Amino acid sequence: MLDYILTEEQKMMVDLAAQIAEEKIRPVRAELDEKQEFPHDLLAVFAESGLCGVYIDDAYGGMAGGTPIMNMVLVAEQISKGCAGIALAFAGSALGALPIIISGTEEQKKKYLSRVAEGEIAAFAITEPNAGSDAGGIQTTAVLDGDSYILNGTKQWITNGGEAGIYTVFAMTDRSKGARGASCFIVEKDTPGFSAGKKEDKLGIRASATRELIFQDCRVPAENLLGKPGSGFMTAMKTFDASRPGIGAQALGIATEALELSVQYARERKQFGKPIIANQGLQWMLADMAMQIEASRALIYAVARHIDSGAGRPTAYSAMSKTFASDVAMKVTVDAVQVFGGYGYMKEYPVEKLMRDAKITQIYEGTNQIQRDEIARALIKEAASKKK
Amino acid sequence: MNILVCIKQVPDTTEVRINPETNTLIRDGVDSIINPFDTYAIEEAVRIRERVGAGKVTVISMGPPQVESALREALSVGVDEAILLSDRAFAGADTWATSLTLATALKTLEFDLVLCGKQAIDGDTAQVGPGIACHLDLPQVCYVSKVREISKEKAVVERMMEDGTEVVEVQMPAVFTVVKDINEPRLPSLKGKMKAKKAEIKTLSAADIKANVEEIGLKGSPTSVNKIFSPPRRSGGEMLEYETAPEVAKNLVGKLKEMQLF
Ligand SMILES: Cc1cc2nc3c(=O)[nH]c(=O)nc-3n(C[C@H](O)[C@H](O)[C@H](O)COP(=O)(O)OP(=O)(O)OC[C@H]3O[C@@H](n4cnc5c(N)ncnc54)[C@H](O)[C@@H]3O)c2cc1C
Repeated sequence: MLDYILTEEQKMMVDLAAQIAEEKIRPVRAELDEKQEFPHDLLAVFAESGLCGVYIDDAYGGMAGGTPIMNMVLVAEQISKGCAGIALAFAGSALGALPIIISGTEEQKKKYLSRVAEGEIAAFAITEPNAGSDAGGIQTTAVLDGDSYILNGTKQWITNGGEAGIYTVFAMTDRSKGARGASCFIVEKDTPGFSAGKKEDKLGIRASATRELIFQDCRVPAENLLGKPGSGFMTAMKTFDASRPGIGAQALGIATEALELSVQYARERKQFGKPIIANQGLQWMLADMAMQIEASRALIYAVARHIDSGAGRPTAYSAMSKTFASDVAMKVTVDAVQVFGGYGYMKEYPVEKLMRDAKITQIYEGTNQIQRDEIARALIKEAASKKK
Repeated sequence: MNILVCIKQVPDTTEVRINPETNTLIRDGVDSIINPFDTYAIEEAVRIRERVGAGKVTVISMGPPQVESALREALSVGVDEAILLSDRAFAGADTWATSLTLATALKTLEFDLVLCGKQAIDGDTAQVGPGIACHLDLPQVCYVSKVREISKEKAVVERMMEDGTEVVEVQMPAVFTVVKDINEPRLPSLKGKMKAKKAEIKTLSAADIKANVEEIGLKGSPTSVNKIFSPPRRSGGEMLEYETAPEVAKNLVGKLKEMQLF
């Protein structure tokens, strides 16, 4: 193990998350995946563990201790090693809570973050049927009426949708301004006019609930507006800056599990009278997997620490950590299935699930194409700023 | 309600191997864990405190200084205080001396209930819990699988017996040993782990508990171990496999008659 010089508290977070993955997640992951079932029974385990508060300020009942993103990344990695789908109950909540952490008032933080720290599930809702990569193109509207906003529209593919108690929802308060007319609202589960639609049937992360959210004349108190009207898009971008290393960590957890299982299997499986790991061709595959995984980990941790230090907008680096780690997870899990051969292709063995789970990390929170756009934009901007 | 839980640190037997020459445990590189049965006693103590809503849970262990890690682990799952009984004079104790030492320490503390696991997985004697009760002259209930009612005055508990469940009403203070069916131990919490890390562990010596050094440790142990060996595997044997039980019985009787054993 490379020493990443974690604090005592961070080591405890890692140990505890690893213990939960081992004792509570691993035994149920195959069943929840097969039945496409949300991990209801595990929510109490997460809540009691205190891990839901690792990225929330101590002032609001959390234990961030000044390193919220690094803590989040460490926990997400360990839980995802157990199951990336189950891990989304945790990581999806972080995504849902981040707009409040970033743009919330003292009162909003006190009211909602303490609930998240105690284990209540949160969700983040920007995507719509006609607005995916082009998030500025959302059509859900919010119209001010007295002391509340009235929301109308449909959100699509919302992680933790229907399961969460707290939602951060993006809607247009001024359509004429395009992306600058978007605002973010906190919507509570039982608000009249708000309902969750059908649950999606997915390739991977099947223990995570992905649903439609429907707003029909849904009245939200004006005090639930996050930041100023029109600041929603900025809130979303800053949220992604902080959350993308978390997706990287999810990918990292999946890849790490795939490598460990591959090494173990390659030592046990015998062909031509010897364990298959005795073949150099296979050893080099494993070596490449290990190298890429460690590079992901180093990048993710470095970016998380950069974010926690508050040293400048991390946009391009966050994008790199998410993109690099998710591409690695995809490659490593495909190779893991290869190491297992035909057995790897069978649902009886755990690696085909890892391959199915890995794919989403290249897609959500901005596809890897969109991430590369962000990285390139930063390169161009930096070069342009140097030119006199 | 103040509850004392007596715990033992044991080698993780899922990893233990035996040295075939000396017939002793190879402890090198083997993790130490809290005796699994004791983890149920810890959990039950914390649950009783939560149920009653007052009092504190103290874990106590006799052993070398490294037992501290077991005590800290207990502190991370809701235990309030930990006491380590550590002294060279305690070394080499059998179950008699161990239970006497624990009982002597317990006399210096205030408690309403003592909980132990039913047995330790390394020695498997199941003697220390009852021994403590005897030395303290307190009522004992072994193999408790459920605490139905509990107060400072009396408790109603279920004992898991081979042939059923026995319901016992007992006067407090008392000593219970528990079986694993009693609960499902919780995982530690992050706050619990942090608290455990910083907690001060009180260490008591033989002098601190005013123990008579003639009665404890190796000197106070009437048991002497003459020899340790792995029993030879039984070999031979014959399985009688027939469709129905009466057929098996008939053939068994036939065989026994043949061997003139019946
Ligand atoms: C399981 C799951 C969970 C999700 N959870 C959430 C959630 O909790 N909250 C939420 O708000 N959203 C969520 N999403 C939505 C997710 O963020 C979007 O799917 C993602 O942003 C991509 O949008 P899209 O699917 O509409 O693809 P599109 O935008 O239609 O893209 C299709 C393809 O075109 C490429 N492409 C598009 N534009 C460009 C460009 N400019 N340059 C190069 N290539 C381009 C993309 O990279 C992609 O390969 C989730 C999605 C899934 C599948």
